[in-house]
Amino acid sequence: MAGPVIVVGAGPAGIRAAERLVEAGLRPVLIEESARDGGQIYRRQPEGFTRPHEALYGSEAAKARALHAAAEALRPRVDWRPETLVWAARDNALLVNAAGRSESLPYAALILATGATDRVMPLPGWTLPGVTTLGGAQIALKAQACTIGARPVFLGTGPLLYLVAWQYLKAGAAVQAVLDTSPFMKRVEALPWMLARPGLVVRGWTYTRDLQKAGVRIATGIMPVAIEGDDRAAAVRWRDATGQDHRTECDAVGIGYGLRSETQLADLARCAFAFDAGARQWLPVADEDGRAGVPGVYLAGDGAQVRGADAAELAGRLAACAALRDLGTAVDEIEMVTLRRRLAPMTRFRRGLERAFPWPANLAAALPDEALVCRCEAITAGTLRRAGGEYGAPEVNRAKAFSRTGMGRCQGRMCGLAAAEVLAAARGEPIEAVGRLRGAAPVKPLPVATEAAP
Amino acid sequence: MTRADVIIVGGGLMGAATALFLRQRGVSVILLERDLVGSHASGTNFGNVRRQGRFLPQLPLANRSREIWGRLPEVIGEDAEFLPSGHLRVAFSDAAIGKLEAYARDARPYGLELELITGNALRARFPFLSPEARMASYSPLDGHANPRLAAPAFARAARRAGAEVQERTEVLSIAKSAEDFLVETPAGTFRAPILQVSSGAWGGRMAEAFGEPVPITPRGPQMGVTEPVPYRIAPVLGVASDVTEEGVYLRQVERGNIVFGGGLRSEASLDTKRARLDPVNTLRQLPYLARLLPAVRALSVIRTWSGVEGYMRDDIPVMGPSAKVPGLFYAFGFCGHGFQLGPGVGATMAELIATGSPGVPIDPFLISRFAASEGDPR
Repeated sequence: MAGPVIVVGAGPAGIRAAERLVEAGLRPVLIEESARDGGQIYRRQPEGFTRPHEALYGSEAAKARALHAAAEALRPRVDWRPETLVWAARDNALLVNAAGRSESLPYAALILATGATDRVMPLPGWTLPGVTTLGGAQIALKAQACTIGARPVFLGTGPLLYLVAWQYLKAGAAVQAVLDTSPFMKRVEALPWMLARPGLVVRGWTYTRDLQKAGVRIATGIMPVAIEGDDRAAAVRWRDATGQDHRTECDAVGIGYGLRSETQLADLARCAFAFDAGARQWLPVADEDGRAGVPGVYLAGDGAQVRGADAAELAGRLAACAALRDLGTAVDEIEMVTLRRRLAPMTRFRRGLERAFPWPANLAAALPDEALVCRCEAITAGTLRRAGGEYGAPEVNRAKAFSRTGMGRCQGRMCGLAAAEVLAAARGEPIEAVGRLRGAAPVKPLPVATEAAP
Repeated sequence: MTRADVIIVGGGLMGAATALFLRQRGVSVILLERDLVGSHASGTNFGNVRRQGRFLPQLPLANRSREIWGRLPEVIGEDAEFLPSGHLRVAFSDAAIGKLEAYARDARPYGLELELITGNALRARFPFLSPEARMASYSPLDGHANPRLAAPAFARAARRAGAEVQERTEVLSIAKSAEDFLVETPAGTFRAPILQVSSGAWGGRMAEAFGEPVPITPRGPQMGVTEPVPYRIAPVLGVASDVTEEGVYLRQVERGNIVFGGGLRSEASLDTKRARLDPVNTLRQLPYLARLLPAVRALSVIRTWSGVEGYMRDDIPVMGPSAKVPGLFYAFGFCGHGFQLGPGVGATMAELIATGSPGVPIDPFLISRFAASEGDPR
C-alpha cells in the first residue's frame, strides 16, 4: 500500500491522531468537511468573530483552547484539506471533492474520525419550521450566536438535552420546558456506571439545578405526542409520567435522543459491522485500539462509538499509535497501555449513559401511520409499515426499495435508525433482525458539475 | 418432499414472470429464490422499457413484452410505475446518425415505427436536449418502469395465482432421476419433471453443471440518481454511440429524480453476490450526462448503486430448451438489457413449457449456439 496516512475529520479524535502521526515524523493528510478544525463540540466560530473561548465552550474552554492550539501547530506539518468532502472510497484510496474538483487520494493507512450526529425519533410535526435538532440548536448558538427561538422547548433525552437548555438559558432565551423521555429512576439505576466519571455527573446536576432555579419546567419519563403549528412550531403536546396530557406553547423546538455514529465511510471502506445492543445501532467492528477488520483502516472517536470528546482525543491518539505500529514504526507499549487504561472509565460511562438516557424505541411503534419518518422523500410510517407487512420486506434495504424510505438526500442518515425501529415493531421482530441500511456513495450529495482531476 | 409440474430456479423478473404465466396455464410451479425476489439484476437495473436499438431478431419478443407492460394492472394488479413516455436515442456524430437511420429502416418490418428528428424540430419538441444533439430517434411507445417494484409484484401475483414462492432458499444441488429433477435446498428437497434455470449471472454455473458451459461474465452496471426536481422530462434519453464511455442514459421519474447509468461497468462477484460500483466510473459519466441534458449540471447525485448482471460473449441471452437434458429450460444471461423483456420472456417460456412452442421466434437465443463452437467456449 502506497501513499500517506489519511485522517478524516478534524475534531478531537482526528486532531489528536494527526498530532501523534506528526510526532512520529509523518506528514499525514488531514481532511475536514467544514472550513475549520474543532469538530462539532469544539466547533469554531467563523473567521472574524471574537467571542472568547470561555463564552463559547463554558466549562470546556481549556480543552477547546488546547485542541485548537494543537490544530494550529499542526497546520504546517500536515497536508491540511479543509472544506473537502470524502464522497467515496475504493481500493485503498479515497475520492475527495473540494471546490468542485474530485481527486483520488491513495493511503497507506486510513484513520476515520467521522464523529456523530443527532439521533432523531420522528413525531407528528417534527418537520415544521422552527424544529431543529439539539446539535443544530447548539451550533446556531456556538457558531453564529443565534438561537432557534426566543421561547424554545427542548425535547428528547440525553446529557445534550440539559446542556443545550442550559446554554440557551445562559444566552437569554426563555426556555419553556425541558421534556425528557427517560424516567428519572433510570439515572439512579445507571449511577454505578456513570460514577466512572463523577465530575460529569456533578456537572449534569448543576445544569438541572440552574434550570430549575430559573423556573424552567423539567419533566422526565414523558411521552411526546406531537409538535403543533400552522406554518411553524407553536406548541408541543406531551403526556407526563402519570398519563396526563399537556400542551406547552413555544416558538421553536430542539429535539434529540443522544447521538448516532457516522459510519458510512467505514462502510464504504468495507469495514465489518456488528449490532451494538447498548447503542441499538450497527457499528463498525474495531479492536480496542481502533483497528477495523480491514487492514489499514482505523476508527476513532464518536464515529466508532459515542464516548464523547475526552475519549475521542485519547482514541484518536491510540488509533494513530496502532497505525504507526502496523506500518512498522516503533511505539512504546507504555503509551498504548496508558491510553487504553484512561479510556476504560469512559467506555464504562458510555454504557451508563445508554442506561440512563435510553433511546425510546417504543415511540416508533406508537408513531401514527400518517407521521413522516423519512423527511427527504416524505414517506410516512404507514407506508413503511406496509412495505414490511403487505409487501413482506424483511429488512431495511428491502423496505427502502419498496417505499423509498432512506432514499433521499440524507440517504437515511437522519431517519435510518428510527425507520428500522418502525419496521421491526411492525413486523414484531427484534431490531437487529431488520439489519442496517447499506452505505452507498456519495456520502453526501455530489454535484454533477464536479470535475475529475486527471 | 414437495412436487410440482415445474421448478424455477431464480426469482428475478424472468423467473417470477414465468411462474405467473405458467399458473395462468394451469401448470403447478415452485419458484426458488436464494435471496429476495428481484434483488439482483432485476432490481438494480436502470428500468428501461426500451425496444429501439435492440438486436433486431429480439424485436418480436420485445414487442410481446411491451404489450404485457401496457396492461400490467390487469396482469399483476399494479403498474410497477410503468410510464410509456417515449424513448429517445440521441446522435452526436455522423456515424451515429447513419446508425439511427439504418436501424429505423430495419426495425420497421418488425412493427417498430421510429421517428427520426433533426434540427429545429428536435429542439422544438425536446428543448431540454443539448444543442449539440444532431438527430434523435424517437420511439413513442417505449418508456420506463421501476425495477425495484416489478419482479416482486410479478412474484406476488404468481403467489396469488397459486405458485409456491420460496425466498431465501438457496439451491444446494440438482439431480436428475428417471422422471424428475430433484432440487435440494436447506428448506428440503423439491421435485418436478421440468426445471427452468433463470438465475441471471449465476445461470452459467448451473448450465455448466448440466454439461452445457456458456461464455458468461458477471459485471456491474454503474447506476446513480440525482436529487428530485420538477418533472419535465418525459422520454428516456440515451446516447447512440459505439464508444462505451459515451453511452450514458437517463430518465426522470415522476417523483422528480433523474436516474442515470451507462458507460463502463465494474467488476461483480458471483461468490460475494455483490457488484461494487466504482465511483471513478460515476465521475466519468457526469460530463456525458451533461452533454446529453445540459440542465443536469445544476443537480447533485445523491446515490449510486450496482448489481450483478450476466453478460454473454455475443451480448444476447440464453433462452429456450436445453440441448442435452430433456425437461430442462433456460432463461438467463440477459446482458443488462433484460428488464424490458422480462414479462415477454415469462409469457414465452410458459408457452414453450406448456405447449412445446414459444409463440415468438427464439432460435437466436438457444444454448445450442455455443455447442457448435470449437473448444472451450470461454
